[in-house]
Amino acid sequence: MTEWLGSYATEAIWLSLKVASVAVLASLPVGIAVAWLLARHRFVGKALLDSVIHLPLVLPPVVIGYLLLVVMGQQGWLGRWLDEQLGLSFSFNWQGASLAAAVVGFPLMVRAIRLAFESVDPKLEAAARTLGANRWRVFATITLPLTLPGILTGAVLAFARSLGEFGATITFVSNIPGETRTLPLAMYSFIETPGAEAQAAWLCAIAIVIALASLLASEWLTRYTRARLGGQC
Amino acid sequence: MLTLDIRQQLGTFTLNTCFAAPAGQITVLFGRSGAGKTSLINAISGLSRPDQGHITLADRTLFCTTRALCLPPEARRIGYVFQDARLFPHYRVAGNLNYGRPATVTEATFTHIVELLDIGHLLDRYPKDLSGGEKQRVAIGRALLSAPQLLLMDEPLASLDLPRKQELLPYLERLAKETDIPIVYVTHSLDEVLHLADRIVLLEAGDVIANGPTAEVWNSDAMRPWLGEQAHSTLLDAQFVAHHPDYPLSKLQVCADQFLWVSQVAATPQQSIRIRIFASDISLAQERPVKSSIRNILPVQVVRIARTATQVEVLLGLGRCQLWAHITPWAADELALEVGMTLYAQLKSVSVTQEDWRAQPLPLA
Repeated sequence: MTEWLGSYATEAIWLSLKVASVAVLASLPVGIAVAWLLARHRFVGKALLDSVIHLPLVLPPVVIGYLLLVVMGQQGWLGRWLDEQLGLSFSFNWQGASLAAAVVGFPLMVRAIRLAFESVDPKLEAAARTLGANRWRVFATITLPLTLPGILTGAVLAFARSLGEFGATITFVSNIPGETRTLPLAMYSFIETPGAEAQAAWLCAIAIVIALASLLASEWLTRYTRARLGGQC
Repeated sequence: MLTLDIRQQLGTFTLNTCFAAPAGQITVLFGRSGAGKTSLINAISGLSRPDQGHITLADRTLFCTTRALCLPPEARRIGYVFQDARLFPHYRVAGNLNYGRPATVTEATFTHIVELLDIGHLLDRYPKDLSGGEKQRVAIGRALLSAPQLLLMDEPLASLDLPRKQELLPYLERLAKETDIPIVYVTHSLDEVLHLADRIVLLEAGDVIANGPTAEVWNSDAMRPWLGEQAHSTLLDAQFVAHHPDYPLSKLQVCADQFLWVSQVAATPQQSIRIRIFASDISLAQERPVKSSIRNILPVQVVRIARTATQVEVLLGLGRCQLWAHITPWAADELALEVGMTLYAQLKSVSVTQEDWRAQPLPLA
């Protein structure tokens, strides 16, 4: 692949996959917890939390990038604290790109998982409790497995969104080859470079293939789990 | 033994109930929809919380407001069979059955319950591949295998069609004979009451309006609105005595010292049999009829006379028990009915309730 596509492009594809995978895996537990909270609990400030989570869907990505830079960057209050206390830096590295991707993918993930939680019949959970299962066992053995199709859908949506992330990434962690130059950023660079139209076109095709493959995979997984569960009994 | 005394506000009315359900018996909670039956067993199971009162099962207190005690459902050891089976769709039948099974329930018990409910061939299936009756049998098995100290059944037959009901009923009858824990069974079907109930708790708008052994509650005035004119009948607890040497008839002893002939039943001497005598199947005569086609002619006393627009309802004393009879106003005038007079009751037919079930479709279900 490297020969005909060039090392920059190959690097960008692998980096994109890494950034998006880490973004999804790291945000999934948080996404499940927040979706659970929104689906099953009433609390003060629920509407506000819901709105804040959805903000990345409607805000210009450059605003997200700027906010991340201010808060999580080297000079940001949280970024500096994390760096000093845990040695965890998000400034101008691929972890920063993952963070940006996670933030923009988060609302899609939470929406899908929340819907799945809401569709789990609380009567099944009540039945499990009469059979001697405490709340944790009910969650682990009934609620979570029945939510699995929604969790997969949410993860795939967030993954696809992460792959396409551009504005927040370039604002927050810049466009550093091999470090933060993900697929969209590489494509942007190729388009800007005279004579690199072919590479840009190839990257475009690859982006479409990856996105399509992940959507098909999600569809197949959903169908498989639905067929096995066969609706609510 | 389950004893409870609870109050709970439910929308427009208050659930205010106090009763006991003995071990080894089926206590039927009976009443119209919305009378609070399901709310009551939800409170017993711990799925809802009463405002006040106490619930005790065997020696354990499950709920007590004065002691600020409320065990969660998982700590109550109560098996709950829901109207909709509520099987877990992502577990096979075996997984469902084992979900609440403690280590103390042996493989032998598992096999026994699976055989009792005839679900051995279903173990590898998912709930979506089961019929309604099969789902309900698995749900019953799942509840039994959690080693409960009380079994709650919330209209387990209500969501099934007639053939499925008839399919499941024998399993419930067998279950009732085998188990030694209290069973609280919610229904609004008279047929299920007749076939399963040892005791009836009659609920109306959250209040217990009658509570006692089945025959006693059935024959009480509180049950009258449920029976109407057509189904107005008397339940009697009888003991099998002997079969007729020549004819396919069985002799039963009722009301201490009276005897009745019924169509042959499969029973052993002294076995208890519940019989039902419809009020419209009794005719009255001033003198003992001779050479009548009717076999069951009993001397009775008139206890009470109630006239309705179309008929006269007569409560008759027979030994230690009482029977309702319906006659026409004309007949009542000709007999010059008076409280205290002695008459002869001719019983045109006596039905054994277990036999009814199989002989005819459920007319009242």
